[in-house]
Amino acid sequence: MTTRYNEEFEKLMALQFAIVELNLFLDTHPESEQALQDYNRLIEQFEVAKKMYIEKHGPLVNFGYGKSRFPWQWVNEPWPWDM
Amino acid sequence: MFLYQKTLQFPVRVDSTNPALAELILEQLGGADGEAAAGLRYLTQRYYMPLPEARALLTDIGTEELSHWEMIATIVWKLVEHASDEQIKNSPYAAHFANHGRNPFPHNAAGVPFTASYFNAKTDPIADLHEDMAAEQKARATYEHLIRMSNDHGVNQALSFLREREVVHFQRFGEMLNKVQDYMFSNKHKYDNMKMDNMVMENNVMR
Repeated sequence: MTTRYNEEFEKLMALQFAIVELNLFLDTHPESEQALQDYNRLIEQFEVAKKMYIEKHGPLVNFGYGKSRFPWQWVNEPWPWDM
Repeated sequence: MFLYQKTLQFPVRVDSTNPALAELILEQLGGADGEAAAGLRYLTQRYYMPLPEARALLTDIGTEELSHWEMIATIVWKLVEHASDEQIKNSPYAAHFANHGRNPFPHNAAGVPFTASYFNAKTDPIADLHEDMAAEQKARATYEHLIRMSNDHGVNQALSFLREREVVHFQRFGEMLNKVQDYMFSNKHKYDNMKMDNMVMENNVMR
């Protein structure tokens, strides 16, 4: 089967997954300085990766979390279940 | 509020067309220990948790479960998207098709539609967190059953990811249960309401 995943997109997903994992860990270990440092370091990388994605493809998140070029890019394919 | 990010949480690659497998995997879409029950359970239990960290954890895991629900729906969709009528007719997915076509409608593997009676919320943090830990273990067991029944490598990668998330959530809920128990024991006066409820209940039983 064909797939539309690519390295750039998978990097974004990988960063986000690490952030989800650290977020849950910090919920039960809010005083772990090490986990918080890791979290903040990954957020910096995620911000950069998101910015690059949005400049190319338009909003990654709906309702105000990224600008769009003309015409409105949010409606563009592929949707996640088609990738 | 909830926002939508235009990605799955983990890439779903499906290597085959397999309506029979789709029917089995619907268990995690609309079954008792599936992702819809998990997400609604945690998001419903958030309101009265005595620790702010517990409210955060239920919000975050509840949100993650909605992403898992989306992954499961994607697997089911991809397994039937290109199936011929003949492939569907000769599979256990045929009964689903009669009603829903190729739509990944939430019912369990035996065709019973999703219902909120698959989970509970008791305004009792200890009871709720125990239910949550049990739910994660039951979901892990379901994923292990599904992986044994599946020969599709891509599907198994996604199911293995989801199985691992159940293990992590169980761990986090266990840690939170300990924190909540310690807090409730050391702040007993705050739980007079709950104690009152228990006294009323005991009186009623005695009468």
